[in-house]
This record gives sequence, structure tokens and C-alpha cells, in this order.
Amino acid sequence: MGYTLNFDAVWRSLELLLQGLALSLALAVVAILIGAVLGLALAFALKSKAWWLNRPALVYVTIVRNLPILVLVLFSYFALPQMGIALGKIESFVATLAVYATAYLAEVFRAGLQTIPRGLTEAGLAIGLTRGQIRRSIIIPLMLRNTLPSLSSTLISLFKDTSLAAAISVPELTFEARKINVETFRVIETWIVASLLYVATCSVIAALLRALERRLAIPR
Amino acid sequence: MSSLLEIQGLHKRFGTTEVLKGVDCAVRQSEVVAIIGSSGSGKTTLLRCINMLEDFQAGRIVLDGEEIGYETRDGVRRRKSEKEIARQRALTGMAFQQFNLFPHLTAAENVMLGLVKLKRMSRDEARTLAMRWLDRVGLAERADHFPGQLSGGQQQRVAIARAIAMQPKLMLFDEVTSALDPELVGEVLQVIKGLAADGMTMMLVTHEMRFAHEVAGRVIFMNGGVIGEEGNPKKMFLAPQTERLAEFLKSSSFN
Ligand SMILES: Nc1ncnc2c1ncn2[C@@H]1O[C@H](COP(=O)(O)OP(=O)(O)O)[C@@H](O)[C@H]1O
Ligand SMILES: [Mg+2]
Repeated sequence: MGYTLNFDAVWRSLELLLQGLALSLALAVVAILIGAVLGLALAFALKSKAWWLNRPALVYVTIVRNLPILVLVLFSYFALPQMGIALGKIESFVATLAVYATAYLAEVFRAGLQTIPRGLTEAGLAIGLTRGQIRRSIIIPLMLRNTLPSLSSTLISLFKDTSLAAAISVPELTFEARKINVETFRVIETWIVASLLYVATCSVIAALLRALERRLAIPR
Repeated sequence: MSSLLEIQGLHKRFGTTEVLKGVDCAVRQSEVVAIIGSSGSGKTTLLRCINMLEDFQAGRIVLDGEEIGYETRDGVRRRKSEKEIARQRALTGMAFQQFNLFPHLTAAENVMLGLVKLKRMSRDEARTLAMRWLDRVGLAERADHFPGQLSGGQQQRVAIARAIAMQPKLMLFDEVTSALDPELVGEVLQVIKGLAADGMTMMLVTHEMRFAHEVAGRVIFMNGGVIGEEGNPKKMFLAPQTERLAEFLKSSSFN
């Protein structure tokens, strides 16, 4: 028996899918903002000469990067309450994704820091700038330019990872798509539309970052 | 007459390797001192200690009456606070072999950064001043170029403008022409000569013996972490007192 495509049902539920997408984006943005700040601090810790900074930082990054994110999501939502830390499902997921983002962004930033010549720091010191001023005015701006290309794929991965929130019933795009699928039985149509929404969003993120990269490019 | 810079018994180790083994020297206001010596003799390290880019284990460096980097209280020698050291670093300017311009800032912005962050100037004031210094090194019309758009000689001149804009009491030059193509060396030396003529106190590490001979009032020959010989360049180059200097001069491109 043939399956005839019929998008009517999905079309009627489009608003629900878009709401899901909005929540997906919100989850990603908040987690990425937290992860960027903590990841930056962690990147400097990884590069520090002090063992009591670089050791714990390395342990953190290694552990988190070797855990499947779904395991982290389930652990935060189901196991942490047993240990007295109970969060709502959205808060729990954002915190988990932020923990994950921190580790990945720390690696990206560390790689970006690696290529900045020591001489620039010394030139800054020689003028009389403090290390904090050098970080803010020289190191971080250069590091961000270095990392934009690889940052793009990391941010897109983190956005896609929001679909795992469906596992704990956070009403983001994947969760809504599954709901519509169950209610309307339009299996193929629902997943085609949801997939297109993911692909379109990722393309927009990539385009925005490419535009930023061009804007920040150093003339030579 | 009292000195602007006074160094006594300077010792510097990297791990267990002693690189400076007791350096004593003094530099008067407006004096130009050239530092020569073979590779690895400690010339760079000496300059870097004066600017506290390197810690040192013993000895005193006093600039214009202030002890640089360390203080001794109740017989205990301590490194000064990072903030105090940063302030002291601004008292000396340094130009490096590799220029080290900030690549994401224009020539003018490179010069302005210290003025805005440390001298608390507005961007407009800093820009005006930066333009004066860039003009001074002959690069006013390149003010809005990025380092990647400038030749090596131009980059080095911007780096010198960046350092002197902070109005240091002492300028340190570490082989500032070594990374340049031969045809670009002259323009940089010309700028340094101009600063010397204006009375800037400076210590310059150089392999340009002819230049040392021409601008330096005094030459210091570093040899194995100590000052092997020092004096008036004309006398020293003509009649070296030590075997080592004689050998060094013979091997260098002076003649
Ligand atoms: N960061 C460092 N760590 C270990 N050894 C160093 C370091 N910097 C310089 N040295 C050593 O110190 C000695 C003097 O170096 P340097 O001051 O650069 O000499 P010069 O400028 O006269 O060529 C050399 O033997 C060099 O290998
Ligand atoms: Mg050297």
C-alpha cells in the first residue's frame, strides 16, 4: 500500500513546531553564553603554568568530553534530585548543556590561544599594560578571530544537541515533532518539516558567523 | 654625576643555567650605550631584566632612584606587586627584534592603546598624540594601515613610536634591525639616530658595528654573562683590551 504525502496536518501544527524551535534556540543561546564565559576562563586555566589551575581544568574537560551528552542529561534530571539538587526540566537541561558547552568551547578557545605569539604579551607588558588589560585588548580579540571558523561547527553541534532535551520532555522542536507525529500519524511529513527547520536554522547560524568572520577580518 | 640607570651585581638564572653572572653598569641621562657580544652572551636577557620581562635572582636595578622589580624589607627580598611592576615597566620602553605590533589594530591604534589604557586619555587626545609620534618616525600617512599592510621597516618604526609615545625615561632596543631586509635597515637606524640626537637615553643591542661606532657614546661588550669590556667605541674598536673582544670584532662584519 502506497503512502501519500499530505502536509495539511503538519501545516496546521506549524505554529507548535516553530514554538519548539524558538525554545530550542533559547536553550542553546543561554547554554552557549554560560559556556562561553566559563569556557574562556577554563581555556586560560588550561594554558596556565600553575598545576592547581591546569590539572583540574584538564580533568574537567576530559571527563565531560568523554561522556555522551544524553547520559549527562539523564543524570542531571533523574540522579541529581536523589542527591538533593532538584531543578525544573528546562533549568536542568540548560545547566547540562552549559556544562557540556564549557568543555567544548574551552578546547576551541585553547586552540585559538595557542597560536598567539608570546611576543604580543611581552610588547603589552613592555608598554606597562597589566596582564588583565592585555587579555582584554589583545589576546581575546585575536583569539576570537582565530576561532571563528571552528566556533561555527561547535555552536551548530550545541544547537543540535538541544534535541536531546526531548528525552526529559522539554517541549523543544524534537519533542513537539514527536507529539505531532503521534497525534496525526503523518510520520514522514512531520519529520521532514522538523528536519528542514533544523537544517535552515543551522544554515542561518553558519551564515551569521561567516558574516562576523568577514567583518572582523584583519586587512592585509 | 648621578646615573639614570644603575645596575649592581645582576645575577640571572634559567633553572640551573646562570646566564647573567654579576653585571654592573650605569647609564647617564641622554647617554647612548651599545651592547655587543656574541650570540648567547646574555644581551637580550640583560635588557629583559631591566624591563622585568624576566625575574632575576640577585642584584639591584635602580632607574631614576627607584628600585626596579624588587624590594628588600627586614632583610627579605621580595618581588613587587604586579601592579607596581606594570607601572615601572612603563618607565622604560622596549623595541623587539620581531616588532610585535598588535595585528588587529592599525598603526595609530597600536600607538594609542597605552595612552588610552594607562595615561587615561580620550581616544581623540590619544589619536592626536599618536599622529605626532607617527609623524616623528615618518609614518603619519600610514596611520590607518594595519601591521600586515606595512613593510618590516615601517612596522619597526611604528613599534618604536608605540614605545616612545609612553615617554619612557629609558629606551631599550634589542636587535631591532636583525629581522629586516638589508634595504630596510637604514630607515630604522635613522629614526634611532634622531631620538639619540634629541637626548633620549638608550641601550641598544646591535650587530651593526658601524652604527654602534657612529651613535653610541659607550659600548658594552657582553661575554659569557658578564661585561667583558666597556668604553668609548672608537678606542675599543681600534684597540681592544681583551683577546675575546678582538676575536669578536674580527668575526663581526665591521670591516
Ligand atoms: N627562556 C629561557 N630559558 C632558558 N634559557 C634561556 C632563556 N632565554 C635565554 N636563555 C639562555 O640564556 C643565554 C643568553 O641568552 P640571550 O640573553 O638571549 O643572549 P643574546 O641576546 O646575547 O644572544 C643563552 O644561552 C640562552 O640559551
Ligand atoms: Mg638576543
